This record gives sequence, C-alpha cells and structure tokens, in this order.
Amino acid sequence: MCTYHTAKVELQRSSGKGPDGWFPLSSASVYFDHPVHAPAEHTLNVDFINPERGPAARVAVELDLPAAQALAWAILAGIEAAKSLTE
Amino acid sequence: MTSDYDMKAETVTITGDNGDEIEAYLAQPLGDGPHGGVVLIHHMPGYDRWTKEVARRFANDGYIALVPNLYHREAPGASPDDAAAAARAQGGVPDERLVGDVRGAVEHIRAMVTSNGKVGTIGHCSGGRQSFLAAVSIPLDAAVDCYGGAVVTAPPADFPVHMPSLLDRSKDLTCPLLGLFGDDDKFPTPEEVARLSQELERHGKTFELHSYPGAGHAFFAADRPSYRPEAAVDGYQRIGSFFARYLR
Repeated sequence: MCTYHTAKVELQRSSGKGPDGWFPLSSASVYFDHPVHAPAEHTLNVDFINPERGPAARVAVELDLPAAQALAWAILAGIEAAKSLTE
Repeated sequence: MTSDYDMKAETVTITGDNGDEIEAYLAQPLGDGPHGGVVLIHHMPGYDRWTKEVARRFANDGYIALVPNLYHREAPGASPDDAAAAARAQGGVPDERLVGDVRGAVEHIRAMVTSNGKVGTIGHCSGGRQSFLAAVSIPLDAAVDCYGGAVVTAPPADFPVHMPSLLDRSKDLTCPLLGLFGDDDKFPTPEEVARLSQELERHGKTFELHSYPGAGHAFFAADRPSYRPEAAVDGYQRIGSFFARYLR
C-alpha cells in the first residue's frame, strides 16, 4: 500500500551529511511507506532535506518498525538526559 | 497475436498540465504500426527503473508506451528517489495536475504517426488510483488499476494534498476498466474492491476486477518481497488480453 501518511517536521540549527558533504537541514518528512532499498514491503522512512539546496540535498533512512521504535526511544532518552544536564 | 516487437526507448519532452513541458519516457515498437498506446502512470516511489522496465514490456508487446515524469516540476533531473522525496515533502501530485499530465501524454501518443488513435492507461499502487482518476476524467479506450488504494476510501487527512474518494466518480468512467488486486491487501481491502464492483455494476460500466489469493499489495513488483509470481504472470496475461481487445 501507499499509505500517504506523511508527518513533516521543521528543523532549525540542524545539519546532515549528504553526497556532497554537510548541509543545513530545513525539514524532515516521516512516513511509513514503500522503501527504495530496504528488504521489506514497508518501512518507517525519514527524509532529512533542504529543498533550497536541491532534491539531492537529502539524508534518507528506511527503518523496519522495531528499529524505528528503538531509535525513537533512544532519541527520547537522549533528550531526557540532555534536559537533566542543562536544567 | 505477435507479441515480440523490436523497440526503441528514449526520454522525450511532452506538454503536460497547464502547458508545462515535462520529461517523459517513451518506449515504442519499431515499424509503421499502427499501434495502440499506453500511458503508464508511475507509482509514488517515482519515475524509476522498474516503471521504465514495464514500459519496455508494453513496447515489446506492440504498444506505444509513454511514462510522464509526474515529479519533473519538483525535481528536474534528480534521481527518482530524491524526486519522490521532494514531491512528497511538497505535498504530492494534485489530482488536477495529474489529469492534465495524463491528458498531455494521451494527446502526445495520438499525434504520433504510428498511433492507431487508441490509448489506455495503467498504473500501480498510487498510479492505480491515478489511472482510475484519469479514466473518469478524460476520454480513454481502456484503463487498468493495479491495486490502487484510496479509490473507495480517501487518503488520510494528514496528507498535504486533498485527495477525495473517487467512488462517486464511477458513473463518469469513460472506458472499460480492468482492476487487479490482492486478497491480502489492506489498501485497498477486499471489501473496498467489492464496493467498487457494486458501484460500477450499478452504473452499467464495462469492467473486470480480479483479486488473487495469497497476494497482497505490489505483487507485480519483481524486486520486492511482495512479488507473487503466480499472480503477476496471470495478471500480465489479463492485461495483455484486455489491451488487445480494446487498444488494437
């Protein structure tokens, strides 16, 4: 299925490394849909992009659901740890 | 029926919606023809290698096959996956623009000296929905919907581009329709396929809908785990018979 679900997150002070090196990120698209490369019918995909730099200014990941969930928890845990250090 | 034509394939420019010049992939049988035409509408992952392979398959079968690059405006010259990501981030392809691009592709084929004037559409996944959308919007000779979701049920509300259900457009179908689905698909579900069948029947349309047991979504995709050879082989035979009946 093409799920059509797409969440878009605006990004500030964020960078990614693409085929031409580092570039500033402006948004991330998060969606569960067909992967291009991962060996699964559907994956949780994230495109970190900067349209002003062109379509190739993109860092893409295709994650199976358990991996995506583990990553999400790890990110949240990292944020909580950062808060405890900075508050 | 001859079905092993020599062919040539190339990238061309066609006039799409709003008079825009867009890229397209043209695969056509050699010889004077006349040949039927097929507009192949690429799936959401883009104007990719697999889609071009399918176009060449139809040319090998004796049809002029034309694939408009629906993401050309957002990402001219980009790799298919980058273009798909750029188009998704900008909200996807609006229905009105899709219809205009398919209309342009149909007119491009009909203007070719080797065309017999008959043109159909085919698409897979999101392209299946768009093949149906084209068939209820512009005059065609045949249309094939391969597991297109969001025909009966609209896409989720968080999708940036408004795409309504097309069920109530069934009455406007301009040509015979072939639909190929998998029993295990969730988008569309077998219940949605049954609902579409009822609606087409109610309006007296010419259609064939087939759903394969043991197959889910994207069973034609030979490079994906969803590939189901029995369904794909039978599906291609049905498409071949359908196009031969209405496009030759």
